[in-house]
Amino acid sequence: MCQVDEEYNSPLEHKSLPAVSKKCMKCKEGTAVLIIRVGDAFCRSCFKEYFIHKFRAMLGKNRVIFPGEKVLLAVSGGPASSCMLAQVQEGLSRDAPKKLRFMPGIIYIDEGGVCGQNAEEREKAVVQLESIFRMTGFPYHIVPLEQVFTLPESVLEPVYSREQPGSSYKAAVDQHIRTEVTRGHGEPAVEETQDAVGRLSLQASTYKPEHKLALEGLFSSLKTLTAKQDMLQILRHHLILHTARINGYSKVMIGDSCTRLAIKLLTNISLGRGAALAADTAFSDSRYGDVVMVRPMRDYSSKEIGFYNRLFEVQSVFIPGLDTKTADKASIQRLTESFVVKLQADFPSTVSTVYRTSEKLHTACPPQSSTTEAAAKCLLCLCALDTKAGKLQH
Amino acid sequence: MPIQCSSCAKKRAVLRRPKTGYSLCKSCFFWAFEEEIHQTIVSAQLFNRGETVGIGASGGKDSTVLAHVLKVLNERYDYGLKLLLLSVDEGITGYRDDSLETVKRNQQQYDLPLTIVSYEELYGWTMDAIVKQVGLKNNCTFCGVFRRQALDRGAMMLNVDKICTGHNADDVAETVLMNVLRGDIARLHRCTAISTTSDGEGAIPRCKPLKYAYEKEIVLYAYFKKLDYFSTECVYSPNAYRGHARTFLKDLEAVRPSAIMDIIHSGENLSVKEGVKMPVQGTCSRCGYISSQALCKSCVLLEGLNRGLPKLGIGKHHRLHDKILTQQALTQQEEKKLKAMDF
Repeated sequence: MCQVDEEYNSPLEHKSLPAVSKKCMKCKEGTAVLIIRVGDAFCRSCFKEYFIHKFRAMLGKNRVIFPGEKVLLAVSGGPASSCMLAQVQEGLSRDAPKKLRFMPGIIYIDEGGVCGQNAEEREKAVVQLESIFRMTGFPYHIVPLEQVFTLPESVLEPVYSREQPGSSYKAAVDQHIRTEVTRGHGEPAVEETQDAVGRLSLQASTYKPEHKLALEGLFSSLKTLTAKQDMLQILRHHLILHTARINGYSKVMIGDSCTRLAIKLLTNISLGRGAALAADTAFSDSRYGDVVMVRPMRDYSSKEIGFYNRLFEVQSVFIPGLDTKTADKASIQRLTESFVVKLQADFPSTVSTVYRTSEKLHTACPPQSSTTEAAAKCLLCLCALDTKAGKLQH
Repeated sequence: MPIQCSSCAKKRAVLRRPKTGYSLCKSCFFWAFEEEIHQTIVSAQLFNRGETVGIGASGGKDSTVLAHVLKVLNERYDYGLKLLLLSVDEGITGYRDDSLETVKRNQQQYDLPLTIVSYEELYGWTMDAIVKQVGLKNNCTFCGVFRRQALDRGAMMLNVDKICTGHNADDVAETVLMNVLRGDIARLHRCTAISTTSDGEGAIPRCKPLKYAYEKEIVLYAYFKKLDYFSTECVYSPNAYRGHARTFLKDLEAVRPSAIMDIIHSGENLSVKEGVKMPVQGTCSRCGYISSQALCKSCVLLEGLNRGLPKLGIGKHHRLHDKILTQQALTQQEEKKLKAMDF
């Protein structure tokens, strides 16, 4: 036995060499620090460049965010949305001409009230997030979920503004450049922002105790975790939408990664939301009319985000959600997540295939009477109704 | 305390329907199950009076229940259909030979004429011989493609107007998931249709009357009706990737039983963006069967088998179609790629 050990000792030590080439596949010089996909080894600086370029390319390709526009970043504290925040910061800090030219603000929805956190834990999470938000210098809004009971009914209706989004990106750019020149390189804008920071920091995350009880009552009346997660998602969107409207933001950025979207897509299919699939997962979602939801992180896998955050020290905050520490079969959302993640481990093209499937779909508009436009929309998610009950295809 | 039937409130319930959650007694369950299939047939206008309908019968639970229910409904509602059983003999020893015995018994039990077409007479190959050449990997591709065409050819021989298959709700939902996971947009688009369109030349419309029937309920129906069916897995290993989708679907059903219907509903309401390339239906230039390529899949697979290059039809080798059509020899490099892998 001892002899066997001795014989195997030396070859084992040599085995520490990784089987892949240690050079970056892009610059062919730097030492590779990670492998994104099979065969694609990147060095640190090439990875950073690739990652940043992807974000800007996504915005540049889609041309929905106009210069000077107010954009609300929905940050949950998780890796993907924190990374999105870091990307926006990066884009704004650059020198002209490639600098991003919109005006960001941040929103965090404090869902602790339904996720079983006590007041202290919620406070702690908020403090951590605030310190991150303050460092960005962007105005921020911290909104407890309880405030959903103060929302006006108008949040359930789409508002159509005077000009259709995406009508002329070029005209908007020209307009922006002209105003920039007259304003003298946008210095007043900075002042404005700082003003806003001061004002908004005052807006503490307060909620009334009766709303807290109402929220608890609402969620305990839902019997399954699937329904709770569904409800939370809808309420969260309503709050974000409302905050965007009253503060004059016309775009909202959501940090859904490619992995998350693949999970969402399969979840929505399993929940019967096939008709709303495209709206729920597309790059831009204009169902609310005046405020457009945008998903700029949809080209990154969760692995890429994880590595970026680690390599470049992007801070994120762990806040337990509804399905934290639950079993795989606790809800449809949870089950789908574990299914996709496990399948991805065995078949690395799973996420990208599902994601590309979603890009080929569009919302089927049921041929219902156009005169009753309002009646043909779902009251909660504002998607077109797909209730052709009793009528089968073909 | 025994639970009473929630429909008639007289007899004891024997099951809880996964589809609706109601507890029903035996006779109420039979009635509900049959009525739902009747509704499916009527509202989708699957059949017309006087038509000859071929039932794809494998001897398994789905096709046995389908044959039984169609016969019952044909008499109860006077559809005026002439029903036939149509079986395909793939030539799998230890599996199909046994299940065909079941079909032969069904033929007598239901008093329906039976026709069996075999791979051997149509293609000159049995599945056993194919597996010998191809190996256990990818053999389901051959079996699936050949079976589809064999069923059509058998139907043409019998001059039937329509073919029914025993695909159930679980099968349809699983196919929706599979097509999303595989990114097959064209199939995703048509897999939830209850009937294939009849305007294609040379193709007999096929329909799935059990499209909205849960697999669990089909098993329960067959069990309580004491139907004679065959339940053994095929001896050649099942497709691994589809297995993942199937497990996922069963887990979903466990979390929320309506998930199966929800997936079918989602599938029915999906539509494809304009400008996405879709295959165009044409005909195979060799056998005249419907195909989206110059050669249909089964001709390509068959060519591969006859040339000793079984991988010709596995994966995409559209470039080689011209060569096959003009009977040219393949280059050595091409041949090397398409030979069966040695283990």
